[in-house]
Amino acid sequence: MPDDADNQVRKESERLMAELPHPAPEPGQPKAAAESFCAVFDDRRVLKDIDLSIYPRERLAIIGPAASGKTTFLRCLNRLNDLEGNFSHSGRILLDGRDIYDKGMDVSILRRRLGMVYAVPTPLPWSIYDNIAFGPRISGQRSRSRLNEVVESSLVSAILWDEVKDRLREPATNLSGGQQQRLCLARVLALDPEVLLLDEPCSGLDPISTAKIEDALAELKRRYSIVLVTNNTKQAARASDRTAFFLMGEVVEVGTTAQVFTNPQHQRTIDYITGHFG
Amino acid sequence: MIIRPVTTHRIAVAALWTVTVLTIAVLLFIIAFILAQGAPHLSVEFFTSSPRSMGREGGVLPMIVGTLFVTGLAVAIAAPVGIGTAVYLTEYTRESRLTALIRFGADCLAGIPSIIFGLFGSVFFVITLGMGLSVLSGALTLAIMVLPTIIRTSEEAIRAVPRVYRDVSYGLGGTRWQMVTRVVLRSALPGIATGVVLSIGRSISETAALMLTAGSALGMPRSLLDSARTLSVHFYILSREGLSMPKAYASASVLIVAVLLINLLAYWSMRRFVAKVT
Repeated sequence: MPDDADNQVRKESERLMAELPHPAPEPGQPKAAAESFCAVFDDRRVLKDIDLSIYPRERLAIIGPAASGKTTFLRCLNRLNDLEGNFSHSGRILLDGRDIYDKGMDVSILRRRLGMVYAVPTPLPWSIYDNIAFGPRISGQRSRSRLNEVVESSLVSAILWDEVKDRLREPATNLSGGQQQRLCLARVLALDPEVLLLDEPCSGLDPISTAKIEDALAELKRRYSIVLVTNNTKQAARASDRTAFFLMGEVVEVGTTAQVFTNPQHQRTIDYITGHFG
Repeated sequence: MIIRPVTTHRIAVAALWTVTVLTIAVLLFIIAFILAQGAPHLSVEFFTSSPRSMGREGGVLPMIVGTLFVTGLAVAIAAPVGIGTAVYLTEYTRESRLTALIRFGADCLAGIPSIIFGLFGSVFFVITLGMGLSVLSGALTLAIMVLPTIIRTSEEAIRAVPRVYRDVSYGLGGTRWQMVTRVVLRSALPGIATGVVLSIGRSISETAALMLTAGSALGMPRSLLDSARTLSVHFYILSREGLSMPKAYASASVLIVAVLLINLLAYWSMRRFVAKVT
């Protein structure tokens, strides 16, 4: 009965495909893309005509001096800037081909799809467990066993499980800074996002904690697109596939990390990564 | 003449120590004085029987019940309204002339003598709305009176919640309502509870406003529209009319012990709650 076996394999593979959390975009299609995107606060144009694509399963590093618009760009990607009363924008940001600033876009769902980790660890003043379960809970997950699974798998992915598995009920604020930052990463992973937005996640951390986060990212890029804003050019060189250099709200240069660091095309990029300014 | 730093330090410590001891001494003296005058006249009968011959004989059971009714109802009305107003002012509007006006109004309301509230209550609730001298009129009047305290303390507590908590909640796809109820109020609860406890204290001790709105009937209040005499009103009438100083001090002792117990209970349950959620 070879036909039956074939059918079974096909059915099984179809079932597995259907269970995949997000349909993989076509190869070569960007996961997210900014097109002539400008961000304006009052009359100040903080981002000017940004054209930048983020591809599936890559780590894109954004480097640049302070006030170059890196964080603003990140906060535009999940529309956190909407909360500022004086924010307006022009141009588009596409996620899987759809403008995230479309009227019909559900901002809550959008923010779950693009998870954000902030520069300073931001544990809520609750237990480790409640911190991780918070996202799934507010999106309607009530099942105790499902929450337990999500908490465990998120902590495993963020390389924190082994350190905290025996004290999930303890306050998250008791953790060290590096652990807190991995907790924040796990909290985002618990929502099963598609893109991870990391805003200088290692700026306050020691080298060992930084290495742990970078290890986690290297593993996570198999499943997610990762945007890593960093002040640390060495970290960008170590922990990214492509690098974009921002300056005064513009993208000066974007290319593979190897190219940007070994053969930059613009004088200003050379100046920045060799430490002449910034 | 130059005073040495060590000397100024010693003078400061001595001065601070003195004023602290003075404050506590005055408080303890008042409590001790009332209890010394009142405690000998306390008995089981005092707690479980009604007053006879205008309060010269008998107990204060109707007054205890009346106090619980009026205070409980007042706070049950004022707390949701006040906390709701504070949430609206802090989380749902931007600073504007309107919010400034509401805040200014609340501050003015807080400074008005209670007898004015009593006058308003007697005209509006008792006469115009036809509620008569009753538990309901008294409770509504007290609710208006303590509203500013609850609004301002809740507002301060909500403002003290770190801004990043809000970003975290939004970033995980939370709606504004989820952010308010699950993050902000949860963190602000101890501060809000302090405001509510203060209001309970103020309601229990209020006399003037209640004489004009809840009345001073000696009988047991059996419905919200019955007149009720609270302990403080009872104390006032017993001493003012020279009916029975021993019974007045006994009533005052009950009042003081009740306030102490309520404060202890509030702080204890707050500490337990905070320990549970953090």
